[in-house]
Amino acid sequence: MPDSSGSNLPGLLSRYQDRILTDWIAAQSDVGVLRADLMREAEIRRQSRSFLTHLIAATKNGLNFDIESDQWQDVRDMLTEVTNYRVDHGFTPTETATFIMALKQPIFECLRDQFKDDPNTLVNEAWSATVLLDKLGLYTNDIYLRGREDIIQRQQQEMLELSTPVVQLWDRIVALPLIGTLDSSRAQIVMENLLEAVVESKAEIVIIDITGVPTVDTLVAQHLLKTAAAAKLMGAECVISGIRPQIAQTIVHLGVELPQVATKADLQSAFAHALKRTGVTFSSR
Amino acid sequence: MTHYLEPSRIPIFQIGDCLLLTIQVDLEDRMIMTLKDDLAERIAKSHAKGVLIDISALDVVDSFIGRMLANISAIARILDASTVIVGMRPAVAITLVELGMSLQGVRTALDVDRGMELIRRDTSEEAGRLHEA
Amino acid sequence: MRPEQGRPTRGGTDRESDGADAAGEVIPIHTGADVSRVRRVATAAMATIGASKIETTRMVTAASELARNTLEHGGGGEMRIAIVGRMSKRKVEMTFIDQGPGIPDIHRALTDGYSTGGGLGLGLSGAKRLCKEFEIKSAPGEGTIVKVASWTERP
Repeated sequence: MPDSSGSNLPGLLSRYQDRILTDWIAAQSDVGVLRADLMREAEIRRQSRSFLTHLIAATKNGLNFDIESDQWQDVRDMLTEVTNYRVDHGFTPTETATFIMALKQPIFECLRDQFKDDPNTLVNEAWSATVLLDKLGLYTNDIYLRGREDIIQRQQQEMLELSTPVVQLWDRIVALPLIGTLDSSRAQIVMENLLEAVVESKAEIVIIDITGVPTVDTLVAQHLLKTAAAAKLMGAECVISGIRPQIAQTIVHLGVELPQVATKADLQSAFAHALKRTGVTFSSR
Repeated sequence: MTHYLEPSRIPIFQIGDCLLLTIQVDLEDRMIMTLKDDLAERIAKSHAKGVLIDISALDVVDSFIGRMLANISAIARILDASTVIVGMRPAVAITLVELGMSLQGVRTALDVDRGMELIRRDTSEEAGRLHEA
Repeated sequence: MRPEQGRPTRGGTDRESDGADAAGEVIPIHTGADVSRVRRVATAAMATIGASKIETTRMVTAASELARNTLEHGGGGEMRIAIVGRMSKRKVEMTFIDQGPGIPDIHRALTDGYSTGGGLGLGLSGAKRLCKEFEIKSAPGEGTIVKVASWTERP
């Protein structure tokens, strides 16, 4: 019997629930997404039954194709859980989406039996089922992508925070040991952190040690220059140390000049230079 | 220590043979032009050896203001006083560099104390040279 | 619909609204004080989208350069400012419009050191470097329109 939205689907789903569930699991096996190697069969059965139950609950008051609406909240939560579980167990996003879309086949078969003599209704209902299941299947893809994006963003943030320590070496002298490749956004953050540290520690000399930087390209060289120029405007002096021979060659080859920056071979000589500049002297007893 | 306050004028304080001016507000073009005139007069009258311009409260320095700061320091130099710009914020410094301004010939220090140190070092060096001669 | 979209733009006469709400505003540029006002409104708009200190300073400095150009080379004009886009893609958009003499050679005007106003010639080229989007339309006798936009990289 058609429901308030005029669709026979909700009624059909609850009437043939058991048959659809059995056929669906068989269909999953047919299209090759029933990965018994990744997931126990009992769990596959549980997820399938749970999805079907939630689907029936979400449609019992009529079919609503807006799966972002409140009515679909439980189904969305359930799909989130299922997708995350499957990602953890090594399923590809395509396999997870196909798991949902494989439900079409048993539903179509039920519809065919039901509306053998009414091709119009059959086509309409089949179309509704297709639209709905495609949306739900693609939704799992969104969840997958969102999860990945969260991970990437978190890792980026952690990496940036981890990788720019500013160390106070002496009164008015700070050092920034750089490790790893500098890309544009990291170079930007390094520059900002460094200049903030200059203000905080009232540093007159800033040593940027690039011993741990594998390559220096034009972009990195320009950022270093910019940092040095900005530090100078604030009243501090930049010293770059740890320039390996091949990096020195690259810098010259790139035609980059470092006029405002003192360069030293290693941190030790940079520190000695800084002490001299700030007027610190040592005497041996 | 003397100073005068007028609406839309930046006060200039004298500490020893140093003039100190603190820019507290968003600089309107008119104000900085007035400042240029005021300062030149004060340097001449007071025989000040140094000018400290504290811009730590400024969150924007565009090319016009940058050019004016460079102008002020050039004028002061002719009047035999050295200028130190102090307290430039990191974001302002980065932006000025990206804008393509290096404020050549302008000296800088982290804060008023360091700026004062710089000026004292200059004057004592000069005195030392005179003494040797 | 987002509150800042589709709202009619207000005239720049109500100075009370200064900085409090930078969405969909028109700021006239006829005096040096107006240039300061442009800076204040741009600062407020960048705060609204949650920009960092350096992002704000870049955009406000660009606004200052462009407003000064409008005043000095365009003989005055106006700045339109709006916040456009959704959620994390929101950006501050500023358009500077004048009916001045226009720029005969835009390419040259965007070169560092090119100046007609006795400055350093960093106005246009500098503003271009400081903004994430930069567009200019100008022809001799037809005035100049410069449109810039920036957004925040902060999560």
